[in-house]
Amino acid sequence: MSTATTHDEHHDHGAPSGLMRWITTTNHKDIGTLYLWFAFIMLLIGGAMAMVIRAELFQPGLQVVDPHFFNTMTTMHGLIMVFGAIMPGMVGLANWQIPLMIGAPDMALPRMNNWSFWILPFAGTMLLSTLFMEGGGPAFGWTFYAPLSTTFAPASTDFFIFAVHMLGFSSIMGSINIIATVLNMRAPGMTLMKMPLFVWTWFITAFLLIAVMPVLAGAVTMMLTDRNFGTSFFSAAGGGDPVLFQHVFWFFGHPEVYIMILPAFGVISEIIPTFARKKLFGYSSMVYATASIAFLSFIVYAHHMFTTGMPVAGELYFMYATIMIAVPTAVKVFNWTATMWKGSMTFETPMLWAIAFVFLFTIGGFTGLMMGIAPADMQYHDTYFIVAHFHYVLVTGALFAMIGAFYYWMPKWSGHMVSERLGKIHFWWSVISVNVLFFPQHFIGLAGMPRRIPDYSLQFADWNMVSSLGGFAFGLAQVFFLFIIIKTIRGGKAATSQVWEGAHGLEWTVPSPAPYHTFETAPEVR
Amino acid sequence: MSAAEQAAANRKVVKRLTIAAVAMFGFGFALVPLYDVFCDITGINGKTGRIELEAALGQTVDEDRMVTVEFLATVSSDLPWEFKPMVKKVKVHPGEVTEVHYYAMNKTGNQIAGQAVPSLAPGLAAKYFNKTECFCFTRQSLGPGEGKQMPLRFVVDPALPDEVHRVSLSYTFYQAEPVAAGKEDSSDSAQLDSIL
Repeated sequence: MSTATTHDEHHDHGAPSGLMRWITTTNHKDIGTLYLWFAFIMLLIGGAMAMVIRAELFQPGLQVVDPHFFNTMTTMHGLIMVFGAIMPGMVGLANWQIPLMIGAPDMALPRMNNWSFWILPFAGTMLLSTLFMEGGGPAFGWTFYAPLSTTFAPASTDFFIFAVHMLGFSSIMGSINIIATVLNMRAPGMTLMKMPLFVWTWFITAFLLIAVMPVLAGAVTMMLTDRNFGTSFFSAAGGGDPVLFQHVFWFFGHPEVYIMILPAFGVISEIIPTFARKKLFGYSSMVYATASIAFLSFIVYAHHMFTTGMPVAGELYFMYATIMIAVPTAVKVFNWTATMWKGSMTFETPMLWAIAFVFLFTIGGFTGLMMGIAPADMQYHDTYFIVAHFHYVLVTGALFAMIGAFYYWMPKWSGHMVSERLGKIHFWWSVISVNVLFFPQHFIGLAGMPRRIPDYSLQFADWNMVSSLGGFAFGLAQVFFLFIIIKTIRGGKAATSQVWEGAHGLEWTVPSPAPYHTFETAPEVR
Repeated sequence: MSAAEQAAANRKVVKRLTIAAVAMFGFGFALVPLYDVFCDITGINGKTGRIELEAALGQTVDEDRMVTVEFLATVSSDLPWEFKPMVKKVKVHPGEVTEVHYYAMNKTGNQIAGQAVPSLAPGLAAKYFNKTECFCFTRQSLGPGEGKQMPLRFVVDPALPDEVHRVSLSYTFYQAEPVAAGKEDSSDSAQLDSIL
């Protein structure tokens, strides 16, 4: 296994040129960039699917697409966003930032890092190719419940299964790499409890990934054998049980939602202290809260299954355990608020995204509490209320944190300051439209509109139209974001090493843009 | 850390985490039997039990208590059969052995085998509901247009919690894999055990 030290051989060289640079690269910055571009392209593809969904739901009745294709869109939108946009985006941030933040020359296992990334485009292509197959792509929802995904699924489902296997390999290898880097590559003096919180949250997330991605791989493997090799894991006729699928899936699925949000917590914990010009309030409580959330995520999963006919004792247990997660999460929100309290705050673009995150993620957290209450969940289950809930935590949560991370670290990556004017336009455009998009979905959900349907009763028409208008505006805002990204790469005000006045940490001690090789001599951390 | 030490430390981490990932893959599959065992112990999956007739007759009948047992029937969409209970419900004393019948009829011109799978609601009562004879213990094969009454003999355990006054027993008939005549292989009965 190659290690970072092999880079000594080509000391002082910059990046090689040409296409092969990107295919053969083992440089953490190159791989980080590849991950981020992959995630952004997937965001636009998944976003285009969301536009199809919102266009169909603009009015009641069937106008734009046929119902089967609509179901394919909701399914693929979810899969692409979760496995293609959010997860690789966070891994991209980890690749760029973790070595810079702990004073390491590169990731611990650079060759494996290359492989982790290059599996992704193939997995993504395989997943997207199902759209063009006979019988259409997967149309059973991103949670692919059996028997809809086994007995009644189109033939293309087997390609979906292999795509999930490959994505799992990529995630597991990426996680092993992150853990090895954090354990073995820290600069002298960088003790675990001195690590920046972004590194901590990713360290814990990597353990979650190693624990649950194999379980997902097991679930899809069972699907594969049920579909093609005559087993009956999920078929009642053969002695199996379709509810078993939900148990196995959510054993993966619940930690998965924390996999998507914990690194976002890390990003916010970096941005807020910088612009409040205060140290992060309650650093060690943040670390412990992250670890508690990770632990709790394994023992609450059946709150996704309250309506399966669980006994009351089970509902009570999962309800209490679920609500308990509010405690460490609230610790985090209060710590961010306390960090801002009496700080010398300024509101540069990254800070705006971070504050919006704290505010809007908390709304998503509260609606999560509402659904954690088992008797109330009977009403909310599978309505637009849950759609609103998880879009608040994933769009205004995870995605906003990633966009905030872009504005925060882009000067370090590119050497150019991002235009504050354009960044603020992007922010206000997005933050207003995203609320127009998702807030009304709470109302139509409470009124009883089910999720994953192409047509709906007339009483839901008004809010659906409002939601669709917000959706189109939000979608367009991200095309504007693409323009900002390209403009910043091509030029802009030169960034200093420090970039932000209140920034602390090793990544701000290297020049901007960060040289191809950094920290070849380990920095001293006091 | 020297380069060699670093490489050794990395190898150690990779080895341990790879083992952890493989173990978790195995754990995913271990959830299948674990789930069955858990449901069996707690009796929460509506899976009814099977006991011998002597054991059933040995239970003391609780004359002071009445439990209503409702019978439901569903046919899987791939099985062109008619299937219904002969009685909609009966009232029984716990401990009393009772026999009822279901009726199934093959609506096609072909010989078809079916397998019935039981489920009892409320799920927590399932482990107090035992059968000594049931058409679901074996595959049922019906000739073209053939109809037959199928027996079900059951007993409600007197230990059934007091708050349960009514249970619903539901059967779903699925099409069974066609088997060669006279050949009942062992894997088949193993599969049936997991159903019951």
